Amino acid sequence: MNSMPPLNAPATAEMRSPEMRQRAVSAPASPPTALTTAATYAGRTLRQYIRTPQLIIVNSVTSVMFLLIFRFVFGGAINTNGIPYANFLIPSLAAASGLFAGGIVGVAEDAESGFFDRLRSLPVPRPAIMVGRSMADTILITWGTVVTIAVGFAVGFRPKGNAAELALAFLLCVGFAAAWSWLQIFLGLVAKTAQAAQGLSFSVFPLIFVSSAYVPVRSMPGWMQPIARHQPVTSMVDAVRALVIGGDTRAMFGASQATLVLKAVAWTIGIAMVFAGLTVRNFNRR
Amino acid sequence: MSTNIGSVSSPPKSFDQSRSTSGNSQSDGVTIQASGLHKSFGATVAIDDLNIECRSGQVTALLGPNGAGKSTFVRMVATLVRPDAGTLSVCGVDAVTHPAEVRRLIGLAGQSAAVEPALTGHENLVMVAKLFGHRKAAAVAAAQSVLGEVGLSDDGGRLVREYSGGMRRRLDLAASLVGAPRVLLLDEPTTGLDPRTRLELWDSVRSLVASGTDVLLTTQYLEEADRLADRVVIIDHGRVIATGSPSELKSQAGRDVVVLTLSRTDELALAEPVLRHIGTDAPRFDPIARALTVAVENGPEALSRVLAELAVSNVGIDDITLRRPTLDEVFLTLTGTPR
Repeated sequence: MNSMPPLNAPATAEMRSPEMRQRAVSAPASPPTALTTAATYAGRTLRQYIRTPQLIIVNSVTSVMFLLIFRFVFGGAINTNGIPYANFLIPSLAAASGLFAGGIVGVAEDAESGFFDRLRSLPVPRPAIMVGRSMADTILITWGTVVTIAVGFAVGFRPKGNAAELALAFLLCVGFAAAWSWLQIFLGLVAKTAQAAQGLSFSVFPLIFVSSAYVPVRSMPGWMQPIARHQPVTSMVDAVRALVIGGDTRAMFGASQATLVLKAVAWTIGIAMVFAGLTVRNFNRR
Repeated sequence: MSTNIGSVSSPPKSFDQSRSTSGNSQSDGVTIQASGLHKSFGATVAIDDLNIECRSGQVTALLGPNGAGKSTFVRMVATLVRPDAGTLSVCGVDAVTHPAEVRRLIGLAGQSAAVEPALTGHENLVMVAKLFGHRKAAAVAAAQSVLGEVGLSDDGGRLVREYSGGMRRRLDLAASLVGAPRVLLLDEPTTGLDPRTRLELWDSVRSLVASGTDVLLTTQYLEEADRLADRVVIIDHGRVIATGSPSELKSQAGRDVVVLTLSRTDELALAEPVLRHIGTDAPRFDPIARALTVAVENGPEALSRVLAELAVSNVGIDDITLRRPTLDEVFLTLTGTPR
């Protein structure tokens, strides 16, 4: 039997006689939950990153290059009191990775492109959008941390701490990433355009470099030392470093591991609360 | 853009009839009601005592130049901007005090296509559908259905970064529809599109309207308002300067314009009296383009009279066009002052 081709594909038929048609889509019964909203925006942000190979390559190459330059170019000239420079450097790169990577440019792009306008016109709990962004950025920063540690092993990083100390060190790094992600998101919202965000991303450099991350604080000029010693990056780096070196670190850091960790956690919570608050306020404003 | 002006008004007309019969299920109520709206950004007054009422079952076009306040108004309705003063409601819900409820009633497609290039068209729509409140299965179904509505069924699986500008706009339009909003807000939906893509987008908007979605759109193009809208609100400097159906405004604000390009400038003396005689005001001559321009009543008839009389006096013609008045010419008539 001769099979008849369909006269019209359904979509074509619909397009041809619009007046015969009622809206096929019905309105949802209730607005999305905060969890759905956060997970949906986080999912989009992660897929955006994964499907943009340029982004992955540029980010990885930059951070690996940075690591290698410090390890092999500056490392030999920095006196770290007997600690191998790789062991000094890798914990600080891991602890501060949230200041190098993060959502600042991505957030500014979403603001500039009108994507946030679309999201803010939807019946979503607006803070959940920002929480989703922070979740995605934290995952991406943590991935960068893992890469840093892996490359670190290849260039002589040999942690001395036990498994529990190292696990806690890694958890702390994830926490720092989450806290700094809020700073990056806030700066991205303030910058409004990707270009401005690119420039603004350098504003965190003093925070990174005027700290114990790359050189010992006591090698800095006298007036700078108190600033370097009492800022969050130093606290975070010291806590991670103490755990990675392991054992009793009082002689080296002037404080026990527990004290260092608590201080770092306090900074983390403070930073997260302040910048999450500022971010949500900025995003809600109309 | 030339002699087919007479046919321009007919598609919207047949369309009106289909709406009035099929649109009965909807209430005849007011969708957007704004009165005494004010908004300033610093020293700049964007909206200055604006009063607008959009009725259900109609497409309302806000027509005005850049900086007239069109986008600010749309952003107020979309709850992105809060008015400084005045009242604004959407389907009876106060947009100032109950923005969250208003967001369940509206769909916004902005000036730039706010779609994610790294996702497929389908993924984009599923994402927005979930953010409207659809569960997974319903979101997938809504995305599929809306892709069909804007004619992108075959491209739903492709990454948006491979889409053309027109396809992105249509996807953006689709994204504003996956939540089945009562009111669709389209902020300059065709700005920056080439003429063919613009026609495609107009078709998409028309078929949406036919299926019962109320639309508020902004545009800088008189022709776009003419083609899509039942009611046109002309605004400038944040105020309404004229309101009416496209044909009312046309008769009030703009007569058709005949533009005649002469083969030889030295035949101006022959052609000029013909246009002066048929036109409603003095013809203007642009010597570089060799173009004579005059406003006329009843365009098609005037055009054939011009042609007949020029043939009698044997004037050489390179080109003759009948066109709608430009927005500038409408403004000149309505406000008496050039922009």
